[in-house]
Parts: sequence; structure tokens; C-alpha cells
Amino acid sequence: MVNNILEFEKPVAELEKKIEEMRKFGDSYDIADEINKLEEKVIKLKHNIYDNLTRWQRVQLARHPARPYTLDYIQMICTDFVELHGDRLYKDDKAIVGGFAKIDNQKVMIIGHQKGRDTKSNLYRNFGMPNPEGYRKALRLMKLAEKFNIPVVTLLDTPGAFPGLEAEENGQAEAIARNLLEMSRLKVPIIVTIIGEGASGGALGIGVGDRILMLQNTWYSVISPESCSSILWRSWDYKEQAAESLKLTANDLLEQKIIDRIVPEPLGGAHKDPLYMAETLKKILKEELNKLIKIRPERLVKTRLEKFGSMGVYEE
Amino acid sequence: MSWFKRSKENISPDSIKRELPDGQWVKCVSCSEIIHKSQFEINNWVCTKCDHHSRIGSREYISILFDKNTFREMDKKMKSGDPLKFSDTKNYKDRVETTIKKSGLNDAVKTGTGRIDGKRVAFACMDFKFIGGSMGAVVGEKIARAIDKAYTSKIPMIIISQSGGARMMEGAFSLMQMAKTSARLARLADNNIPYISILTDPTTGGTTASYAMLGDVIIAEPNALIGFAGPRVIKETIGKDLPEGFQRSEFLLEHGFIDLIIPRKELKEKLGSVLEYVSNDLN
Ligand SMILES: [Zn+2]
Repeated sequence: MVNNILEFEKPVAELEKKIEEMRKFGDSYDIADEINKLEEKVIKLKHNIYDNLTRWQRVQLARHPARPYTLDYIQMICTDFVELHGDRLYKDDKAIVGGFAKIDNQKVMIIGHQKGRDTKSNLYRNFGMPNPEGYRKALRLMKLAEKFNIPVVTLLDTPGAFPGLEAEENGQAEAIARNLLEMSRLKVPIIVTIIGEGASGGALGIGVGDRILMLQNTWYSVISPESCSSILWRSWDYKEQAAESLKLTANDLLEQKIIDRIVPEPLGGAHKDPLYMAETLKKILKEELNKLIKIRPERLVKTRLEKFGSMGVYEE
Repeated sequence: MSWFKRSKENISPDSIKRELPDGQWVKCVSCSEIIHKSQFEINNWVCTKCDHHSRIGSREYISILFDKNTFREMDKKMKSGDPLKFSDTKNYKDRVETTIKKSGLNDAVKTGTGRIDGKRVAFACMDFKFIGGSMGAVVGEKIARAIDKAYTSKIPMIIISQSGGARMMEGAFSLMQMAKTSARLARLADNNIPYISILTDPTTGGTTASYAMLGDVIIAEPNALIGFAGPRVIKETIGKDLPEGFQRSEFLLEHGFIDLIIPRKELKEKLGSVLEYVSNDLN
């Protein structure tokens, strides 16, 4: 895990290392006292750092390689998961996973982007970048959910839809557009949660819903800070500024009224305590689901249309 | 999303006619043919020699498609807010103001109603010259309202796209315009009101991945660049040169993603016949 420490986390890591070394030296009362003091210092330091993250630092946390991914959450939150595969047209995209599952007793169709953890699994998952087949599989599962009146839960975590040759040949744009249209009129509740990276159309392609949640250290915007930097500044070096300009954190999006709710993360990020993170998310998903399943389908669809209709600032 | 580089890198030649010094003649950017302005206009801004479709704006498309003096513009005054107080090398606010002055347009889309061969339609046409035809809240909202007009008046909706994608300077707000417009098109479809999408050079990014690809009938002009990711990004990703004609109208037709390619001079007539088939039961 040593090489997973981000630049701004180094002071914490150093202190923690020091504490660990002191423990090795024995357990005399003097040292124990010293250790206690240092541990308090670590907590203070952590708050100092994690409560004051810049937007770019949050982007880095959102991409942290140890963060839980969709299948991790499914495992921790759901029971009886039955994964369903394929778009029934062309292939099974491994960058989007989904299937039937239960959150306690509530049946759901859970769908999400899936990243890999090492080179091999990342190649298998295409780094969480779907092809059109992924969006079409997601839509197929959503229609299936609609047919059997099962609410849909989607988990977003993608650096973007895959910009490849075949993706274009097979209609990446059409696949995403179709999902936006169909999700906007799906007659079952949809809860969307950004669990990591919400990069542009590739994220929104499974991101239209009745409640939009963001984990505390995630980002959601029209473009990644790096690409924004390369286009607007004509250089890759302005990603920090681009992240600031794009206002892409959970706090920003709540303020912009684009999302409904922030899901708090453990101090230091979701990966510091995945079980606790999953419990928190589960609790909030259940709360929101319980509210949504009481709403009549026509009302649900109408409110969803109005929800997205109200987004945007203009003068007239 | 990368309208900036795209227009610079000449991926699709910036085909806005180049005027020659005396102002009466223009030079085709594709074959360098010198054409008299009046003749160029009569030929719908298409090169008389090589058939290159020069990039034109909403004003020109309205003049090509609509019956004389029937077009009524909607939401003409709507202008971008600056919700993020966005700034890169320039302030977004200044960029918008400068563009308004330079282009004579308030944002990257013109909407309204009018008659095509006597048939009343709701209409939206994008303008590439306004910040790369990028879609922010104004584009999203104006298009949504035009779709609402089609919905309440039960008249066909026509959108001409010409856009580098969602506008970066409005962040997530721009992204949400894709959902906003698609949701309105869903309601239109549920009520059996036709929507015809016309794609011109270039149509990429979030615009393609929303209303542009959702037409009951999708028409493209010849040789228009149409895609999700920009060619430069794809080339960098796969590390190979892209095949000849990749992401052009003809390529999309071949792969089954558009219905037909229509040269500009036939656009009004063909559009009229499509409208006749899909709008029988509407007024
Ligand atoms: Zn020519």
C-alpha cells in the first residue's frame, strides 16, 4: 500500500510510521504515553488535511486505486446477486456490470461501471471505460427491471466512455443518447450514486434518475480536469486550475442543485474503511428507496423530467 | 468536448467561406475554386466545382428551409449565466460577451417556429461560430422549450446540429443539458410527435450523444464529421492512424446510424417529403 499514498497524505503516513516503529520498541508506560499523544496528533492532522482538500486532491482521492468499486459494493451491500451479461446484440462489455440483487429485503437491479485493480484486471475491465455494448447491456437490464417493477440502482465510476475505433463504429453516441431518453421515462425508481469518477457522457449514460447521490470524495463533470487543461490552456499542466474552475466536487454539485445528497466517507476516503463506507451507503440507499417506491410511476417520470428540466443557469 | 483543438487542427477543414479582398469573391477551402459570392449563395454555399458543403449558420439554414417570412424566433434574448464564475486563460463571461459582439448571436442555437412547404414545424439550429457550437444551459433550455412548443402545438420538431459538444465552462450544468433535452424528446416520442434530426459538420461529443442521435429520422449533410469522441483523441488512444472517411456521414450511413445523406440543395424538398409521411395526422 506504500505506493498508494498520495502526495498530500505523506505527513500522515510519516507519523503513522513513526508510531508503528515506537510500538516495536516495547510497551513501557513512557512510550505508551508518547504513542497516545502522537495518535491524537495524527487524528488532528488528518482532519486538517482531509477537511481542507483542494478540488484536485479530491479528484485524486476519487481515483485512489484502493477505493471500493461497484462489485465490492454489491458484495458488501447486497445479497443474492445474480449477475446478468450481454447486450443481446453484439457482446458482453466488462466495463459495466449489473444484475438482480437484494438490499435487505428490497429487490433491486444494480448496475455500475467496473474498474480493475491491477494491469490484468484493468485490461479486462477496459479501465472502466464502456463501449456501446456496455450502455446497451445497462439499458436491457433497466427495461427488465421495469418489466418486473424492480427499482434500479446505478453506481457511477468511469474515466469516460471509451474513445475507440470500434466504439465509434458501433455507435457510442447513439448508445448513450438512447439511455438518456429511455432512463428519463423508465417507470421504476432510479437511484444514481457517483462512487468514484463521474466523467462526462460516459458517466451520465447510466446516470439519469430520481435521486442523484455523490460520495464525499468523488467528482462529476462535463470533462476531466486533465482534458479541460489540455483544451483550454493548451497544456496538460493546468489540471489543478481546471479542477478549481470546473467546480466538480460533491459539495459543488450539491450547491449547484445537480445532486440531491452527499454520502459521507470515512476520514481519509472510502478505501480507509470500506465496510463502514458500504454500511453508510446502504443505509442511505434504503432510505431513498423507501421513499421512491411509494410514488406512482407517472408521477415519478414527470418529476424526473422536471428535475433535469430545472438544471442550468441563464438570463432572459 | 474538444471543439477548440478540433477547429484549430483542421480535422474538418474550417469551411467558413474565405472572402477575397474585394469582397465579391470567395475561395473554396476544399478545392480553392474562386466563386462569385452571389453564385455561392444561390448554390446554398456549396462549391460549384467540388461540391464541398461550406459550414453555414442558423440564418442561412432558415433561409434555405423556411417558406418566405414564416420563421418566428423564440427566446431570442436568452443569454448564458456564468454559474461557475469560470475562468481559464480568459473569463468565461468575457468570452461570451466578445463572442456575442463578434457573431451577432446570443448563444449557439436559434429556435423558433415556421413553415416548410406550408407545414408548420418547431425548429432549432445550432451555430458553430458561437464557442464551437457548444451546448451549455442556453442551448439546452432553448432546445427544450422548442421541443415543448412541438409538444403543445402537436407539430414536428426539427433540429440541425453543428457542435463540438457540451460546453466546458458550465461544467456539470452543460452535461445535464443532455439529459434535459433527451427527456423532452422522450415525452415527444410518447405522444407520437415526429422529430427529425439533421447533422452537419461537425456534430460531436455530448450533442451527438443526446438529441442529435435521437431522431425518428436522422439526416446528414455529405461528408460531415459525426461522432462521440473527437478523431484526435481516438488516434491518441489507439495509437494508429484512422481509416479514410472515419466518422464521416458516409461512414455512419454504412454502419447503420443515420437514415440518409442529403445534399444541401435537396434538403428542403426531401425534408418536405419526410414530413409528409410522419405528420399526416397532425394539423
Ligand atoms: Zn470546391
